[in-house]
Amino acid sequence: MNDQQLLLLAVMLPFGGAIGIMLCHRWPNLREAVTLVTATGVCVVVFNIYMLFSDGVELTAEIARPLPGLSLGLEVEPLGMSFALVASVLWLITSIYSIGYMRGRDKQNQTRFYALFAIAIGSTLGAAFAGNLLSLFLFYEILTVSTYPLVAHAGTNKARRGARTYVGILLASSIMLLLFAILITYTAAGSLDFQRGGILAGKLDPASAGLLYALFVFGTAKAAVMPFHQWLPAAMVAPTPVSALLHAVAVVKVGVFTILKITVYIFGTDFITRSGASDWLIWFAGGTILLASFIAMTRDNLKLRLAYSTISQLSYIVLGALLATNISLVGSALHISMHAFAKITLFFAAGAILVATNKSDVSDMGGLGRAMPITFGAFLIGSLSIIGLPPFGGMWSKWYLALGTVETGQWLLLSVLLLSSLLNIAYLLPVPVRGFFGKTSDNASYSGIKEAPPSCLAAMIITSLACVLLFLYPDPFYELALNAFGGN
Amino acid sequence: MIEQNLSLLLVIIPLLSAPVTAILPNARSAWLLTLAVTWTCLILAGWQITLVTDGSIISYELGGWSPPWGIEYRIDAMNAFVALIVSGIAAITLPYALLSVEKEIPLEKIPLFYSAFQLCLVGLLGIAQTGDVFNLFVFLEISSLSSYALIAMGEQRRSLTAAYQYLIMGTIGATFLLIGIGLIYAETGTLNMLDLNQRLQPILDHRTVHTGFAFIVVGIALKLALFPLHLWLPNAYKYAPSVISVFLAATATKVAVYIMLRMVFGVFSDEFVRKTPTDHMFLLLGAFGVIMASATAIYQRDVKRLFAYSSIAQVSYIVLGIGLSSVLGVTAALVHVFNHALMKGALFMACGALVYRLGSSRFENLNGVGRQMPWTCVAIFIASLSLIGIPGTAGFISKWYFVLAALEQESWPIALVILLGSLLAVGYVWKIVELLFLRPASDSTATVGEAPAALLVPMWLLVIANIYFGFNTELTVNVADTAARMLGLGMNHE
Repeated sequence: MNDQQLLLLAVMLPFGGAIGIMLCHRWPNLREAVTLVTATGVCVVVFNIYMLFSDGVELTAEIARPLPGLSLGLEVEPLGMSFALVASVLWLITSIYSIGYMRGRDKQNQTRFYALFAIAIGSTLGAAFAGNLLSLFLFYEILTVSTYPLVAHAGTNKARRGARTYVGILLASSIMLLLFAILITYTAAGSLDFQRGGILAGKLDPASAGLLYALFVFGTAKAAVMPFHQWLPAAMVAPTPVSALLHAVAVVKVGVFTILKITVYIFGTDFITRSGASDWLIWFAGGTILLASFIAMTRDNLKLRLAYSTISQLSYIVLGALLATNISLVGSALHISMHAFAKITLFFAAGAILVATNKSDVSDMGGLGRAMPITFGAFLIGSLSIIGLPPFGGMWSKWYLALGTVETGQWLLLSVLLLSSLLNIAYLLPVPVRGFFGKTSDNASYSGIKEAPPSCLAAMIITSLACVLLFLYPDPFYELALNAFGGN
Repeated sequence: MIEQNLSLLLVIIPLLSAPVTAILPNARSAWLLTLAVTWTCLILAGWQITLVTDGSIISYELGGWSPPWGIEYRIDAMNAFVALIVSGIAAITLPYALLSVEKEIPLEKIPLFYSAFQLCLVGLLGIAQTGDVFNLFVFLEISSLSSYALIAMGEQRRSLTAAYQYLIMGTIGATFLLIGIGLIYAETGTLNMLDLNQRLQPILDHRTVHTGFAFIVVGIALKLALFPLHLWLPNAYKYAPSVISVFLAATATKVAVYIMLRMVFGVFSDEFVRKTPTDHMFLLLGAFGVIMASATAIYQRDVKRLFAYSSIAQVSYIVLGIGLSSVLGVTAALVHVFNHALMKGALFMACGALVYRLGSSRFENLNGVGRQMPWTCVAIFIASLSLIGIPGTAGFISKWYFVLAALEQESWPIALVILLGSLLAVGYVWKIVELLFLRPASDSTATVGEAPAALLVPMWLLVIANIYFGFNTELTVNVADTAARMLGLGMNHE
């Protein structure tokens, strides 16, 4: 198999897996086996691509040429490489988790669930390896459409409403703003290729560049910069594995990843700093960081609290992109991976609590940690990593983001970052604290409550260990990030 | 031998077989003959388009009378493209028709039904082929009269009212067209399009020519269902037999678009369009049409009516493309003519399948039917994504070109209207998606079975075409581009 086919395989394998899953719908064990085999296969393929890529092999593949002068193609570059690594590893872990979760909750339509899950991952990998803006947009939209049934999975009125908000905001923003911005870019630059240094420099005056950049940032509603964030809390009606992988890793990270790619390869950091395109946008990102944290503090439902926390953390990444310095971009790129591992741990724990006890409100969780020590321990580790304390991976990304604000002299933004870290403590730590030391709410004993199914526990343990590991060995992701932004 | 007479054969074969079909003794043989005719037409149309994609022209003189005295069939890329769409849709509809027609039409009337169907096909193909304006009017009447009859054959009695409504509006339109043709004939003394074009250029500022032009444009606008002359369309599509909804939705308005393009740019000229307020009128009405029809679609309670309103909106996009009167705009219009035929063909086939099983297309009877009829409903879903213009579908290609054409002229409002139309499409499509997939099933939908394969296969062929032409646009974009250039557009820009 040559390198081109390997790259195509990485994206096509999940789609093929989806077909396999649908064919095996009568035999649940076989179906789950197909999911696991496909996920493992994708991991192996992506690792192989990584090995080739570190050896300096250039990987590109063309899928189709739908418009004269515009192709749909794949290309490996450092930023997408690190994103693909995270997504493929976490898919495998989530698959293990969701088998325990879905069986534990005895959910309906499981075949549809696993098949669409695979398609969503396929489009995430497609977005990670997208060779130009058109291909990225293609996979961005497939991701929106394929996750819609996952969000609406429960089929209740509430799920239907949540899913409507989800798809409404994501599709509307992508059509009205993002597609519009892509077309303006194409008209101005005559191309949609990703190029180091950007393709727009010298083709737009500063004022239009600012407007176009705003269209991109808000049009990529998956990055959930306020006021386009409402879909993320709405999507929390989905089953927990969906929230975990798609709304902590795949969907939201495709959003911030898109903004990073556009910043670096369409505008170019020089052009952004020179034209001042992001001067006022950074306040939207800064505002989102704080506001979302404040809202998170007021939410009692654990998944909703995590959703607002995600919104806040995503804006860290967006902020790093908007500052457009090498250090801040390295911070952003690192934060994609670091936040992914930490946040998925938190969602896994939230799901495990739900499966084991049917509880979803923080105020009901007093003393629960004593009955479920592993779950609450994992939650604690995830929280500390998100807050950005050593010895957890989250420290590195926050460090570089903070350095970025210092380098650009944005002292106010630096204080926003620091304040937000304090707020993280205020809304995340009460959960394990209450779990381990709180009183049970109604004096009932938790003697009947056991930990979640072993596959859920295993997934949680792996991701929380990864948080520690990423503190000790952030090198692969760090080097990819450095590579993407040409060193500092 | 065949190649020399290709252009005429395409029209003459269905014309000759239509009366034969009418006297055939039973339903199946009538269907079989029609099937053979439509597929022959498709092959001929496919052959024809390969001869003209490079920009060459086939000129065929009827009866050996040379133009401008005799009737000339003058086939360029655009004619061949439209003929291919019409015969392609007819050919794919026929396998679908067998079961659907037997269910909806009384057995003894089926040969007459297929006879009328072929006449309609003759009319539409004739319009696409001819190079003579009066001949065009005749074919328009053939297709219109037969479609009134076909719509009136619908199951419900209200199809008679719908057909009558269409008859009145359609006749007014045809009359306007005829008056317009008469006026320009009086000025030039010729009916041949090419000849007309040359003779009209020096006298384009004559009052009579302007009046004739106005009559022609309004007449075609009626057949095109251009806002605000669209009122006949929703009922006609709703109450027609399923097969006819498919065929008319995918071809009739498209052929009207062709007439508009041919008359406005081919007979008159893009210079004339820009000198008069015509282009602004197209842009204004198109923009209103996109917004109003899409917004109205959101409030429909019947799938067929909803898609009928969506058709009006989609035709309005095409009119926007015409109004931009540039190569890119007309390319977008022609690409969308093709792509919209694919979408609406698939959608109305799926609606027909729902009617086949449930006997109704009203919302209250379709709750949660997606679990019982997954193939039909997923077909609706994918074709609807194409309607919205999600990338990876044919609809995206059209949207892309429309916005690009608007941006080329820096008409930001038009670009926004096109995107807003997509947004409204999300609104009405998602109403259907929730209805089919997420609502709890009612008694009638909980027990119904999937539609038979004879309905599903043609439907899914069109669905797959929607995806295929979203990735491979060699046929659509290239032919549309050639056709747009041959209309003489863009000469003044360069």
